[in-house]
Amino acid sequence: MIERPGRHRPGRFSEMSDAPSFSLRTGHWFERHLPKIVVLPLFALSLFFVYGFIAWTAYISLTPSGIMPNYELQGFAQYERLWATPRWYVAITNLFVFTSLFIVISMAIGILLAILLDQRVRAEGLIRTIYLYPMALSFIVTGTVWKWILNPGLGIENLVRKAGFEDFTFDWLVNSDYAIYTLVIAAVWQSSGYAMALFLAGLRSVDDEILKAAAVDGASSWKTYTSIVLPILRPVFLSTVIILAHLAIKSFDLVVALTGGGPGYATDMPATFMYAFAFQRSELGVAAASATIMLMTITAIIVPYLYSELRKTGQ
Amino acid sequence: MIKIRKVAAISALGAALLSNSALADGTVEVLHWWTSGGEAKAVGTLKSAFEDQGGTWNDSPIAGGGGDAAMTALRARVVAGNPPTAVQLKGPGIQEWAQQGALNDVQGVAESDNWDAVLPPALAGIMKFDGNYVAAPVNIHRVDWFWANPALLEQAGVTEMPTTWDEFNAAADKLMAAGITPLAHGGQPWQDATVFEDVVLGIGGAEFFRKALVELDQEALTSETMVASFDQLRKLRGYVDPNFPGRDWNLATAMVMRGEAAFQIMGDWAKGEFLAAGKVPGKDFVCAPTPGNGFVLNSDSFTFFKVSGEDNLEGQRVLAGLIMSPEFQKTFNLAKGSIPARTDVPLDEFDMCAQRSHADLIAAIENNSLVPSMAHEMAISRSVRGEFLDLVTEFFNSDMSSEDATRRLAEAVARAM
Repeated sequence: MIERPGRHRPGRFSEMSDAPSFSLRTGHWFERHLPKIVVLPLFALSLFFVYGFIAWTAYISLTPSGIMPNYELQGFAQYERLWATPRWYVAITNLFVFTSLFIVISMAIGILLAILLDQRVRAEGLIRTIYLYPMALSFIVTGTVWKWILNPGLGIENLVRKAGFEDFTFDWLVNSDYAIYTLVIAAVWQSSGYAMALFLAGLRSVDDEILKAAAVDGASSWKTYTSIVLPILRPVFLSTVIILAHLAIKSFDLVVALTGGGPGYATDMPATFMYAFAFQRSELGVAAASATIMLMTITAIIVPYLYSELRKTGQ
Repeated sequence: MIKIRKVAAISALGAALLSNSALADGTVEVLHWWTSGGEAKAVGTLKSAFEDQGGTWNDSPIAGGGGDAAMTALRARVVAGNPPTAVQLKGPGIQEWAQQGALNDVQGVAESDNWDAVLPPALAGIMKFDGNYVAAPVNIHRVDWFWANPALLEQAGVTEMPTTWDEFNAAADKLMAAGITPLAHGGQPWQDATVFEDVVLGIGGAEFFRKALVELDQEALTSETMVASFDQLRKLRGYVDPNFPGRDWNLATAMVMRGEAAFQIMGDWAKGEFLAAGKVPGKDFVCAPTPGNGFVLNSDSFTFFKVSGEDNLEGQRVLAGLIMSPEFQKTFNLAKGSIPARTDVPLDEFDMCAQRSHADLIAAIENNSLVPSMAHEMAISRSVRGEFLDLVTEFFNSDMSSEDATRRLAEAVARAM
């Protein structure tokens, strides 16, 4: 295809008379545009399947759709309905509580573990694998196992009581006010090893010369970390936050496996709320409205953060 | 020799094909989510009965999510213009699809087989759209049952099964005093709602039940009777062990079986668990209706979707007739643990709980105390039912006052209507 003479456009390339140089030119053009050509179908597909369906969902949220999509516009009635539903407030509050605690605790544990591992400990590879291992499990497995561990009749509470402490209670899983924190526990257990791996990679990329210079200047190791190393790790913070945030926002499987949204609907999240309304209650309109709100919330948080971080790092 | 065998085989195959096509009596595709144990066996009896008549049965079992997965598949099929012949679909869900114009009626079969005369009127109304049958019921489940462990009751000095909620409270207090968990319960929204509706029946009676949970009358929903119902539900919350949240219903049944709790309030599918474990009704476990002298009705049905083509339409008619035939109703319900939807099927081969259920059903039809279940999608649309479930389960899992619950329930219902 590259050397097909038929592609020769005389007007434009008239100064080129010899075939080899021409084919080199077309070759260049092709090479230059090859990535775009390869990506194009994928781009078109994602344009349709992601943005097309986002637009469809937004449209459905403005219609009286129930069991089946109904394309007649009715305005913002579904949003009024959504914001009048107490369960939606529970879901939104849970999302914020869960996301913020999950990100902060996972990152804190991740940094701590990374720094400790970075002290040239023995058998580092083994320890790293052990900490990273939970990430290899699906949230369904994590949720199910933690459900047993946290169940008062089977797990920790039962164990401690049998050990002789009769008054010991640890019933967060079955307590409406605390059940949301059991999700945080399980999610942190699963993901902090991953945060550790990201930070460890970041620490390893810090130039030794800088650390030596700091040591020569007499900086304590605390000072070295807080004033030199952590600021250098800024891009790692960004990627960790984004990865953990999307894990938190799409956390559906963990909720289903660990608490089933219960007790009652105390651990409902926007994702489980949306599923319940779309597939269990035949209320496509309300479900679409909740999905649209979720999207807008995430956009409102992530876009300014991305913008400010990327501007600082000059990309 | 080999050649002869081959010829024989081919001609046998040909004969089989021929005879098959000569017998062919319609094709049906049945979408359902009866995939476990007794349920799969029950649907198998329908399949073999249909094939015995010479029809072709395409099975489409879609398990998962208590039918949610099947409903999602159904939506896609209807949108694509290729619906299944019959779908396991019940209650007001039938009306929702009928309003979309997605159903065929089988009024012809219903008239020639005289369905009106053999079905309870409350159930027949649910099966009809615009006065024509669009669905056929396969069974009747009763929702308002106590299942109890007689050994535990005796141990605590409870001699009679309670017939009012006050009697139940007294019995439960005795059990508590004897160190026995009175009520086995699974903390899932639909189970909370099952208990709630049985309480409403016992406190308010069938007439109130119908006004509040079926007609969604605001006056009934905000009445003192509703507050009293929530008060009783709050009492029941105190009789449940602390590990109830999220427990599956069959695990709660197992607690009664193993003697870890005295009562369970659950529909008669719980009986299947007892029977499967080899327990004998009246001896190892006892069944008695919950208070209220009513009958909370739950029924599975097959709904007929808009298929075209003579072969498919014929299959649909044959299937409709078959589902409502007395023989099928008997074999199916012996396998599933429920009672026939037809009231004229003799119940000699059924156990004592099923016979009690049948007798009470007839009585309830006569004195107009047969009510459709709210918790099991027989009475109200899925969206309103969802609001009931949310509120009841929140009440059960928090310390909300009965007055607040009553007010918020009425508001939620008004919002969803």
